[in-house]
Amino acid sequence: MELSLLYFVKILVAVLAIIALMVGNAIVMVYVERKAAGFIQRRPGPYEVGPWGTLQAIVDSMKLLAKQIFVPANADYILFFLAPILAFFPVLLLFLPIPFGPYLTSWETPDGIILILAFAGFGVLSNLLGGWASNNKYGVLGAARAVSQSIAYEIPLILALLAVIYQAGTLNLSEIVEAQGSWPWQWNLVCQPLAFFIYLVSLVAETNRAPFDLPEAESELTAGFHTEYSGMGFALFFLAEYANMLLVSFVCATFFLGGYKGPILDGFWWTFIKAYLVMFFIVWIRWTFPRVRFDQLLNINWKWLLPLSLLNLWVTAIVIKVIG
Amino acid sequence: MASSNFNFINPFTFLNVQDSPGTYVGDFYTDNFEKGARAGNVILNLGPQHPSTHGVLRVLVELFGEYVLRSEPVLGYLHRMQEKMGEVKTPYQYLPNMGRVDYLNPIAWNWAFAGAVERLAGLEVPEKAEWLRVVSAELNRISSHLLWWGAFVMDLGGVTPILYAFEEREKINDILQIVTGSRLTYNYFRFGGVGQDADGRFVDLIKDFVPYMRERLKMYKALVTENIIFRRRLEGIGPMGEDICRRYGATGPIMRAAGVMCDTRRLYPYGIYDRFDYDIPTGPTDDCMGRYLVRLEEIKESLRILEQAVRDIPGGPHIVAKAPKPAYKLPAGESYFTVEGARGQVACHIISDGGKTPYRIKLRAPGFSNLSLFAEAAKGTLLADAIAILGSLDLVIPEVDR
Repeated sequence: MELSLLYFVKILVAVLAIIALMVGNAIVMVYVERKAAGFIQRRPGPYEVGPWGTLQAIVDSMKLLAKQIFVPANADYILFFLAPILAFFPVLLLFLPIPFGPYLTSWETPDGIILILAFAGFGVLSNLLGGWASNNKYGVLGAARAVSQSIAYEIPLILALLAVIYQAGTLNLSEIVEAQGSWPWQWNLVCQPLAFFIYLVSLVAETNRAPFDLPEAESELTAGFHTEYSGMGFALFFLAEYANMLLVSFVCATFFLGGYKGPILDGFWWTFIKAYLVMFFIVWIRWTFPRVRFDQLLNINWKWLLPLSLLNLWVTAIVIKVIG
Repeated sequence: MASSNFNFINPFTFLNVQDSPGTYVGDFYTDNFEKGARAGNVILNLGPQHPSTHGVLRVLVELFGEYVLRSEPVLGYLHRMQEKMGEVKTPYQYLPNMGRVDYLNPIAWNWAFAGAVERLAGLEVPEKAEWLRVVSAELNRISSHLLWWGAFVMDLGGVTPILYAFEEREKINDILQIVTGSRLTYNYFRFGGVGQDADGRFVDLIKDFVPYMRERLKMYKALVTENIIFRRRLEGIGPMGEDICRRYGATGPIMRAAGVMCDTRRLYPYGIYDRFDYDIPTGPTDDCMGRYLVRLEEIKESLRILEQAVRDIPGGPHIVAKAPKPAYKLPAGESYFTVEGARGQVACHIISDGGKTPYRIKLRAPGFSNLSLFAEAAKGTLLADAIAILGSLDLVIPEVDR
């Protein structure tokens, strides 16, 4: 790869576009989530601000911007402010290798998925720091839960992706998309159903969404690791959560749903449609299921998902060896 | 930390046994909870502002990791001196307080107080009034159980069902509004009858409501009761057998889930409940799931009573002709009246010396006794299970603190 000025400018433009995408995504998803929750709960949802309540998310973000940032007594001042920043900014890097369209990849790198999996660990670090630094018992409990949950679920998630990587023989996300066909039965969803299922369960746990939202379990830990965050600190955690959701949805679309390929007219719109369908699925189950208990959560992982994903990987390897 | 330089009086001293100056045995505001965590443990203050304590209950828990080693509910954050108010107000002035003791099940408290006064004064209640009392009490029992159902599932992390429960609750509120005039803190009963007679609309709405609610209960079963996550969270959690229930004086669905047929409507019959054909559901298991199922069964039984009630409506006045006037003085003596509330045995004990106001009023709140089981049942469980146990007790803090 040549390190020219043009290359640098391209990355810079891509990062700016990704920030716009993350913020735009959060604003859209807040509205979609609240409307979907309203539909599921048989109430109108937001409808006062703007036509059909569409400006609700903007008004909410204005409120969060204007709010006082409250630092609890004896909090670790530096870490307290560092945690939300650390939650938000590494997510930017994760979007770089995602192939949105055939010619729409910010950074074409042969090790794209390694970059994503490596930097995804920053999310849980920020949760840990946020919970620890805020000098709150609920925060520490939430942080401890976040760490053990994240470590546990990263393994089946990686193993599920590894099966697809074996199959495609590459770590480059664009090439993984190219290895799949245009029609739904040519996608990895069909030949790797178990990996898809394991990935779907793990992504909900990795993004701390219900029914696996134990780090912020409202009825047990009030708000878990972000109990003491208000204003912009909370907003950054919130943005990061939606950005992480978007990221895992894009990875899901790339690995299992054929990425930018569709029956007609390949292009970035297919990536977005598929990713947002996955996003809607995450929203949907959040409002329908009760929360699992923490030991049950770990049991699901260590007793079911991990052996299943190992088995899946093993079978995939044998089939590849036999077929050639 | 203990220093003899401080000469001011410790405001919490009177609560605690002092073993040396400046130190006291219990954590603050409670003596039963020994101060200080053992090494590696943490003492967590659940409440008084916590989403799962349903108001202002404060629970001190010592946690080892996520395991609850010991816990102690601390009461008194919503103490409003309801019993003392009964001593300074005439019975008529005190009657509206009954709607405020337990805001989710006010009809039972109305009945307990009005019944105690009637028993002391020797008043006969007309048949129509007894009918209205039974109908309104059963409607109120259903609405109380519905709110508990929603809040309990919310404790377990399911946010949606409470809004479904409120849909039915609104219908019950609409029905009860016709006769009581209010939607939450009903002040419906009078000494010797009820405040207002029912009209045709009241009966029609109940006739519509009964089959509608039965359909909804099927939906509840499919949506929540059969959910695998929900069942795994409840089955085998927080067993409360007959032994612990009897030791702490638990009543209502908790006692019935333990397999004991304990229902005031059968044990100390009152009103015209003997005319109706209904069962007392006793739980299959004494865990959280059993308590959950018992309450859903009770909704069905209440619907059965309502169905029979609207079939045969007695006529006549809704209040006795010589009902006590506001300036009425209770005769000297004492009386005790107990009814079955949504949470258990609700009772009122009045002692009167013949003056303008009663000498003493004692209110028996079922929530208070039921809450005292918590510390023992939650011992050794996970924090999430302790929250589930707390939810399954169906606490209403205004009633616990009175």
